[in-house]
Amino acid sequence: MLSRGKLAMALFIVSEANFFALLIIAYAYYHALDSSGANGAGALDVVTTLRYSLCLFASSATLWVAERNLRRQEYRGLIYWLLATIALGAIFLYGQGREYARLFSSGITISRNLFGTTFFTLTGFHGLHVFLGLSALATLFWYAVRGRLRQHQTEAVEAVGLYWHFVDAVWVVIFGVVYLGSLL
Amino acid sequence: MKGHELSETAIAGTLAEAGDVWAPHRSLLGWVASVDHKQIGIMYMVAALAFFGLGGIEALLLRIQLAVPHNNFLTPETFNELFTMHGTTMIFLVAMPLLTGFTVYMVPLMIGARDMAFPRLNAMSFWLQVFGGVMLYFSFFARGAPNAGWFSYAPLSESAYSFGSAQDYWILSLLVMGIGTVAGAINVIATVATLRAPGMTMRRLPLFVWMTFVNSFLMLMALPILNAALVMLLIDRTLHAHFFTPATGGSAILWQHYFWGFGHPEVYIVILPAFGIISEVIPVFSRKPIFGYEFVAASTVAIAFLSFAVWAHHMFAVGLSDTFNLFFAFASMSIAVPTGVKIFNWTATLYGGRLRFTTAMMFALAFLVMFTVGGLSGVSFAVVPIDWQLTDTYYLVAHLHYVFFGGTVLASFAGIYYWFPKLTGRMLSERLGRWHFWLTFVGLNLTFFVQHLLGMMGMPRRVFTYPDLPYWGALNMLSTVGAFVLLAAVLVFAWNLVFSLKHGEAAGDNPWEAWTLEWATSSPPPVDNFTRVPPVRGRRPLWDLAHPELADELRSRAA
Repeated sequence: MLSRGKLAMALFIVSEANFFALLIIAYAYYHALDSSGANGAGALDVVTTLRYSLCLFASSATLWVAERNLRRQEYRGLIYWLLATIALGAIFLYGQGREYARLFSSGITISRNLFGTTFFTLTGFHGLHVFLGLSALATLFWYAVRGRLRQHQTEAVEAVGLYWHFVDAVWVVIFGVVYLGSLL
Repeated sequence: MKGHELSETAIAGTLAEAGDVWAPHRSLLGWVASVDHKQIGIMYMVAALAFFGLGGIEALLLRIQLAVPHNNFLTPETFNELFTMHGTTMIFLVAMPLLTGFTVYMVPLMIGARDMAFPRLNAMSFWLQVFGGVMLYFSFFARGAPNAGWFSYAPLSESAYSFGSAQDYWILSLLVMGIGTVAGAINVIATVATLRAPGMTMRRLPLFVWMTFVNSFLMLMALPILNAALVMLLIDRTLHAHFFTPATGGSAILWQHYFWGFGHPEVYIVILPAFGIISEVIPVFSRKPIFGYEFVAASTVAIAFLSFAVWAHHMFAVGLSDTFNLFFAFASMSIAVPTGVKIFNWTATLYGGRLRFTTAMMFALAFLVMFTVGGLSGVSFAVVPIDWQLTDTYYLVAHLHYVFFGGTVLASFAGIYYWFPKLTGRMLSERLGRWHFWLTFVGLNLTFFVQHLLGMMGMPRRVFTYPDLPYWGALNMLSTVGAFVLLAAVLVFAWNLVFSLKHGEAAGDNPWEAWTLEWATSSPPPVDNFTRVPPVRGRRPLWDLAHPELADELRSRAA
């Protein structure tokens, strides 16, 4: 049986998955239509984004290691691996910011056309979720540094972990649909 | 020995003090700051009833305008605002919070728990609901209320056609309440999953808990659909994006898919807990356990799944492909099956029972008939050609009111008469209850039955006035008279609530000789609900307690 907190997080993730599903459907729907505006294939830098994406994917692994350290009561390791997770997530957000800046400078905005509308809404909401995840991780980090995160308190870390892996998984889908899709 | 006695007294004293600390703070701050599921449940219901008054006044203004042909009581603009606010209010500010109020009050009691799994999250859900509602009504003071209808079809709801901030208030208020609803759904599921008393297995859950449990999954899946659509519409309006603006390549149809993708599960969200209330009231006043418990529970799960596959029956007139229409026609007809199963379950529970015609039971019986009428006109809409003929006419208005008023509202009245003694420790007046019931029953049918006929004669919904065609004036006048009979009913009900709260007959713990755990504690229950939860060895723990020799468990073993 799941604990109360983890169950609540799992249910929250179900609702979030539905939310993202609709944003992704909107993106895919407008790209399935003729390209009367909803075309951003040429504008995206797939290779650079892939590099930043790998950071986000790696952060799931580092968080998993952090959780293992907590279970083994290796609190110093917990702190370092949490820090690594936060750093990797922040690098991903920085990459997203750079990409937004590049698109803005070439005149692609949310109001420019359907590509801008669907792309910025979808990736923007994902970025917001990464930011919220980073805030949660930073809170855990703060508790860990002050020595207030102990072996029997794994529930909070595991709940945040579920959320972080979910945010990661959503990016796998977005990267596939938006970036790899643009290569087709 | 003496020391032992002393320490016991000391412990009792400490406990009494602790009891004081935890005693409900009935001051205003005590209510506002409360995280007690019972106080929050009552606040949900009171807020919902207050908005029921507002939505009702809006309906009366609409009916006055429509009473005679060529009327100029309201301007067309005001008429549009009033029907938009009436619909939005009744769905989001009345039906949902009223049923949520029942849910957060009753679920912990019925499963023998002390509170919800997350009491503070519970309070957050409630206050999001309240402030969402206040924000919606604030739009009246900010240069006019929203007027694009309760489903706000694009592109009418886009900034090119709905200028000003009214539509943005509508979006933001629904978004705020939607987030609260998702949080509430998570809370209910976690409560039922983790806080059941020993012996309270899923197969022994009271059916009201089953319904709200399944309903919470519906909310969890459906509300994010609305939230996503609202966010896109908001981005369209404020950042000049193009999701639902056909002029710049967007799709107005996508809004319809998204809205009804939420909107049809929503219809079940506001009826499943009502089914739960009926499944509690009918057995108790028939003095029989529910017939086919498993079928009632399982058919609810079936409804929950099917409700996500029927949304496009709201869109038959859009001009989607025939294949598409055929699929949704078939799915919509099949969802009538699990609903019909329930009607049979309730009828079979009545059969051979020793019926007690209390006001709660009268409302439950009226629910059976009225909801069936609404269900049958609903099935007629699943037939595509009939839908083409009747969609957006008063036939549709009649149908949805038979389902919402004849279904959700009648069941809620049944629930209020049934549980008011538990909530307050006093009985509602049965004499006033009779008046309330008969005025409601007559008013409901007078108001809405004639609308079937108007719809078949071709009167469209949402027109602010109409020409003097044969019978239109007379039927509309009848409908308006019916609306005022309903006003009388609601006034009697309000008086009954206020009067009985102070002067009602004392209820005792279990005035109806009911069987579920909420009746095992005092009325109203203490802050921590139970001093001792009775043993749960079957579906009717209080029956087993009173008649150990006839316990359900023994009978099922013998069978």
